[in-house]
Amino acid sequence: MISIAELRATRRPAWLGPFVALLAVYTVFAIVTPEHSFLRPQIFLTMARQSVVLGLCALGMTLVIITGGIDLSTGSLVALTTVVLARMLKGGSSPVVAVACAVGVATLVGAFVGVCVGRFRLMPFVVTLGTMAVLRGSAIGLANEQKIDCDPRGLDHVLEASLSSPGIWVALGLAAVVALVLGYTRFGRHVFAVGSNEAAARLCGIDTGRVKILVYAFSSLLVGVAGVMEFSTLTVGDPTDSVGLELDVIAAVVIGGAPLAGGEGSVLGSVFGALLIIVIRTGAVHMGMPSWVQYIVTGVIIFVAVAVDSARRRRTRA
Amino acid sequence: MNEVAQVLAFDGIEKSFGPVAVLRGVELACGAGEVHAVLGENGAGKSTLMRILLGVEHADRGTMTLAGRPYTPRGPADARRAGVVMVPQERTLCPHLDVVENIVLGIEPAGRLGVLRAREARAVAERSLALVAGPGRIPLDARAGAMSVADQQLVEIARALAQGGTNARVLVLDEPTASLGKSDADRLFERVKALAESGLAILLVTHFLADVRAHAARYTVLRDGRVHGAGDPREVAPEVIVHEMLGRELATVRGEAEAPSAAVAVGDTLLDVRALGGEKKPREASFVLKRGEILGIAGLVGSGRTELLRAIVGLDERTRGDVVANAPRGIGLLSEDRGGEGLMLGRSIADNVALSPRGPFLVDPAAARADGARWIGELSVRTSGPEQRVGDLSGGNQQKVQIARMLREDFDVLLVDEPTRGIDVASKAQVLELLRALARKGKGIVLVSSQLDELVSTCDRIAVLRHGELGPARPAREWDEQGLLLEAAS
Repeated sequence: MISIAELRATRRPAWLGPFVALLAVYTVFAIVTPEHSFLRPQIFLTMARQSVVLGLCALGMTLVIITGGIDLSTGSLVALTTVVLARMLKGGSSPVVAVACAVGVATLVGAFVGVCVGRFRLMPFVVTLGTMAVLRGSAIGLANEQKIDCDPRGLDHVLEASLSSPGIWVALGLAAVVALVLGYTRFGRHVFAVGSNEAAARLCGIDTGRVKILVYAFSSLLVGVAGVMEFSTLTVGDPTDSVGLELDVIAAVVIGGAPLAGGEGSVLGSVFGALLIIVIRTGAVHMGMPSWVQYIVTGVIIFVAVAVDSARRRRTRA
Repeated sequence: MNEVAQVLAFDGIEKSFGPVAVLRGVELACGAGEVHAVLGENGAGKSTLMRILLGVEHADRGTMTLAGRPYTPRGPADARRAGVVMVPQERTLCPHLDVVENIVLGIEPAGRLGVLRAREARAVAERSLALVAGPGRIPLDARAGAMSVADQQLVEIARALAQGGTNARVLVLDEPTASLGKSDADRLFERVKALAESGLAILLVTHFLADVRAHAARYTVLRDGRVHGAGDPREVAPEVIVHEMLGRELATVRGEAEAPSAAVAVGDTLLDVRALGGEKKPREASFVLKRGEILGIAGLVGSGRTELLRAIVGLDERTRGDVVANAPRGIGLLSEDRGGEGLMLGRSIADNVALSPRGPFLVDPAAARADGARWIGELSVRTSGPEQRVGDLSGGNQQKVQIARMLREDFDVLLVDEPTRGIDVASKAQVLELLRALARKGKGIVLVSSQLDELVSTCDRIAVLRHGELGPARPAREWDEQGLLLEAAS
């Protein structure tokens, strides 16, 4: 039997830690930035806009990490999406068709990764390491080794630092969808089960391979949407964009309380993790700090997040 | 068998894996409301029979009947639909999910778009938990990983029943009490009995004869893939059941002539274990190991054999007691889990033998190879050379590599856990002879084995570990297999 106190401790929401950290870091910046520039409404909209790409990718990565997997191809896939989008627009496609194709390509890539991981039982790290290189190369080749200029045909207004920007609302909507799927659907339960004890899930008749295929496909779909948002900011197809993005994404999810061992994780935690990274970045820019300081601060936050989380776990287990 | 409705019958089940016949015509029948114990030594064919029942394996010959109809499950899902469910020996809950989520895993009640019906899931979980634990005993929102082993066991049974649905007919429990203490085990059996009374046929795979006598209505003994005894365990003397399980005539197992190391003077004390206790197991163990002797430890699955050895060397935490070692060259542990922690299967023999916390900073690969070759010769490992991957060797030769590493370290005390598990008969004899030779050279050896004949023929003294408590060590010639099994299983 377990005590009530223990129950309470285990049931403390995982997103609480990252949320507190987010508030604390924001408060510090709000105090120290000159002329209260960190308190103006516009700064919130700017940060929201900047969080969209990272946040969307973190949604997908949350699913992947809960199953105990990892995806290193995120940055390459975002770049490829912008290139596909730009080429299609340049070729005269309507924006709707172009967006659908770009997101479709991303989803197919995810399905391929999922089949490798779920059916052929290959290591996600290795599969996506390969995918990362192949996608980057494909993007550069498809773009003839240069940026693709094109008429964005309104796609440049998808993501802006304004309340009427559809991009921000799409991202929030998708976050809600992923949270609902994880929390309130059969599929969501199976995602957690696969990461928690795959053998047990299989024993209970769950097709764990299928769960993984769906997870990687859905995750890459979200990365595809992030690619569209990235294009909206860039307004060109840039094959060398978003190098290393996947590491920020993984950092956001880990700060959000999902251990890489799988079985745990939450949308809210990952969203707060992504916001935290953006707040640090924006705050550092406002303070005129050099970029190396941002890197160090982000790194320290990752250490602290993992240490706090592991201490919490030990306490609840003892 | 005719007075109760027969639910499940095996008829002439045969199964071979390659040239090895595992089951050679098994007959077994189980009625509604009956707790039927399936007994047998390791390798007698119990697990294979259960795997066939669950549809994981398919019989080569013979038929199964379920509720009067032919039963040929294509897989576990099929078996489940027919109402045949099993609680495996290993724990198989998802530690991060809560009780309800675990119980309905794979059968989650859901509406359109796969949206969960939480209230319904809760009801399903509550219903099946009420069958095994009584209402309110187990909090539905508790995470499985935070629960006691006994409670997890109950949740596993509840899950099996829930997955069998309303037509659950046969419940297989594989060593359900192996990881439970006495009082938890008794509580579990109360619930099992209640389940049987509700009309379920229950197959109980176990080693614990005392449990069988107290809680089963019938038993069947398997030996070498055949039925070698069946009846009402309350009417048959335990000695008879043990004899049916072992089969061999035991008096001659050990002649006076080969009393293991009787000629060797047993020397000074190497290891003095005093009232040692671990986090869960062992509960209390005391013994003295002297130079030149082999101390055997017998015990059933879950009695804490491995945990005892790990606590002695400090791999597991000690909560009580003392270990006084007078072993300047250290204590070595030969793991029962060769592939998991005993060896680096992907590395060469030379690498495995040379793995040591001591030794020079710089490694000379040629010297390591030569050293590997020397040990290959010493222990007559059958291999193409010191460069061969250990994973490509046979089980017996892998075991020799593990022993070679311990010999190279030249430990004074060797703790040897199931050294003959999964290796062929010839290698078994070699490994045991090797241990005897080492004892003659002045090592002290603690031998843990579930092969009782091997304990009786190899050791100088034997102690029995039961529910985490180690009994007094008595000279091996005072034991025989029956006595050991009776002692361990009571």
